[in-house]
Amino acid sequence: MGLPVPPFSTDLFGPDAIIMKGLDGLNWRLKDYEARGGYAALRKVLSEKTPPDQIVAEVKKSALRGRGGAGFPTGLKWSFMPRQYTGAKYVVCNSDEGEPGTFKDRDLLRYNPHSVIEGIIIGGYAMGAHVGYNYVHGEIWEVFERCEEAVEEARAAGYLGRNILGSGFDFELHNHHGFGAYICGEETGLLESLEGKKGMPRFKPPFPASYGLYGRPTTINNTETFAAVPWIILNGAEAFLNLGRPNNGGTKIFSVSGDVERPGNFEVRLGTPFSKLLEMAGGMRGGRRLKACIPGGSSMPVLPADIMMNTDMDYDSIAKAGSMLGSGAVIIMDETRCMVRSLLRLSYFYYEESCGQCTPCREGTGWLYRMVDRIEHGAGRLEDLDLLTNVSDNIAGRTICALGDAAALPVKSFIKHFRDEFVHHIEHKQCLVPDYL
Amino acid sequence: MNAPMMLSPEALAKIDGVLAKYPPDQRASAVMAALTIAQDEKGWLSPETMDFIASYLGLRPIAVYEVASFYTMYDIKPVGRHKLSICTNLPCALQGANAAAEHLKKKLGVGFNQTTADDRFTLKEAECFGACGDAPVLLVNNKRMCCAMTPERLDALLEELK
Repeated sequence: MGLPVPPFSTDLFGPDAIIMKGLDGLNWRLKDYEARGGYAALRKVLSEKTPPDQIVAEVKKSALRGRGGAGFPTGLKWSFMPRQYTGAKYVVCNSDEGEPGTFKDRDLLRYNPHSVIEGIIIGGYAMGAHVGYNYVHGEIWEVFERCEEAVEEARAAGYLGRNILGSGFDFELHNHHGFGAYICGEETGLLESLEGKKGMPRFKPPFPASYGLYGRPTTINNTETFAAVPWIILNGAEAFLNLGRPNNGGTKIFSVSGDVERPGNFEVRLGTPFSKLLEMAGGMRGGRRLKACIPGGSSMPVLPADIMMNTDMDYDSIAKAGSMLGSGAVIIMDETRCMVRSLLRLSYFYYEESCGQCTPCREGTGWLYRMVDRIEHGAGRLEDLDLLTNVSDNIAGRTICALGDAAALPVKSFIKHFRDEFVHHIEHKQCLVPDYL
Repeated sequence: MNAPMMLSPEALAKIDGVLAKYPPDQRASAVMAALTIAQDEKGWLSPETMDFIASYLGLRPIAVYEVASFYTMYDIKPVGRHKLSICTNLPCALQGANAAAEHLKKKLGVGFNQTTADDRFTLKEAECFGACGDAPVLLVNNKRMCCAMTPERLDALLEELK
């Protein structure tokens, strides 16, 4: 039970890993990272004085897409930063990982923090920013402390600070911790939090590239996105793209949790069949049968086993199957699990985490939770199923940020794929699989 | 009029260190770290402590109360010496979190959001820590993460936290 404790085998994260390659859990320090070829990309960029536009173009060509959930093309995002702007600009790393099922940034930051730091510095250079912040989820305090240590190491070695490696380029990086608010994973909620306020997302436009941290142009990328950048710089966009599929470049770290023998993080090429990933996680626990899978974190639609077993793990394939790759959190549920009870727990989460700013989300998430709760407890009505869909439709797309959609999508998909189970609960006032959880 | 110094010189030095991370005119950015440092020292955030943080950072008290009440890991009411927060979200539940939570409730004789009569433990139900592979996971006083908490390991932890 639990993830492997260091030192572990250096191929723990999979044979195709590039970001998590060669890690044994103890070799996270600067000297280890340099021994693995770390900071060579930064050295290359600074010594060759690579034009920033060329870096942005290279990242675009690599088809690197945001690893935090939205999957937005990273190079395109970087190109939104105003080049002619002469004031302060910021790069921000979103390590506020709190989407149920996702735990990749935790492993990335504790086992390979310098890959993230190097990626942020290169991002800063490419976008003309001189200060960066890494916002770390408050619950992983020991990881935050490791990030502080790693930044100190990088500063002492001259990778951070003034005139980095004699290049004339200045860059500072600071870690900032959250303290228990899922909503701060939303990029503008994160900026509000960085400014010392409640993490209530901002209305967009203006987007962060024009009005971000302290009102300055800002780009926010996920931890894993930054960690992929040094590899792209060193090996070329083409090589990265070829690891995955067209429009789905590179490898992706998937966090596999739930009813598998070996929960954990696995870095695989985008386009890897789901069945292969399941195999890497040791297969179904106790040899049970797969019933359902949420392939991209709790905010994404659930998919039944037969669809999942025929799906490849990349953005476009999962979208075609009716869900989203999201953050790469793969939650596995076996045949003994009750779908009503599972949805109930997720609905409670969104109700608990809604920041309360927008009425449809603040009121709607509670409404959804109460309806699923009464179905679970034998007081549901058949018309509740349509009402759940109706309320979901009236939340999604009607709020400032995507938390409303995140609350609505699971509800709609659970009812769509497992309607019989909900009907059984309502008609028989009991569960099909009573020994659940 | 200076407010009386409610925190130790060590805590204030830490807050000053955090302030250096942000532009000089953005002292509010340090509020989360300052509240965390204060909570570590005081055990919880009383209105007086929050008022002190506000005056130290040059913020209105309401701005500090807002932050302290928005983020769930701040305790604006007293808690026991050891606050145990256990995640019961879906991935953790699939890996035994509900059984772990029930075990804790039984051993401690309290429910969620309650404190034991001897003030030793407060039990909290928490949302995703981002550590689902290590489920069941719990936090001791926000900062120490305990992984793969089987009933045996929970018993050992309770014994340790006398």
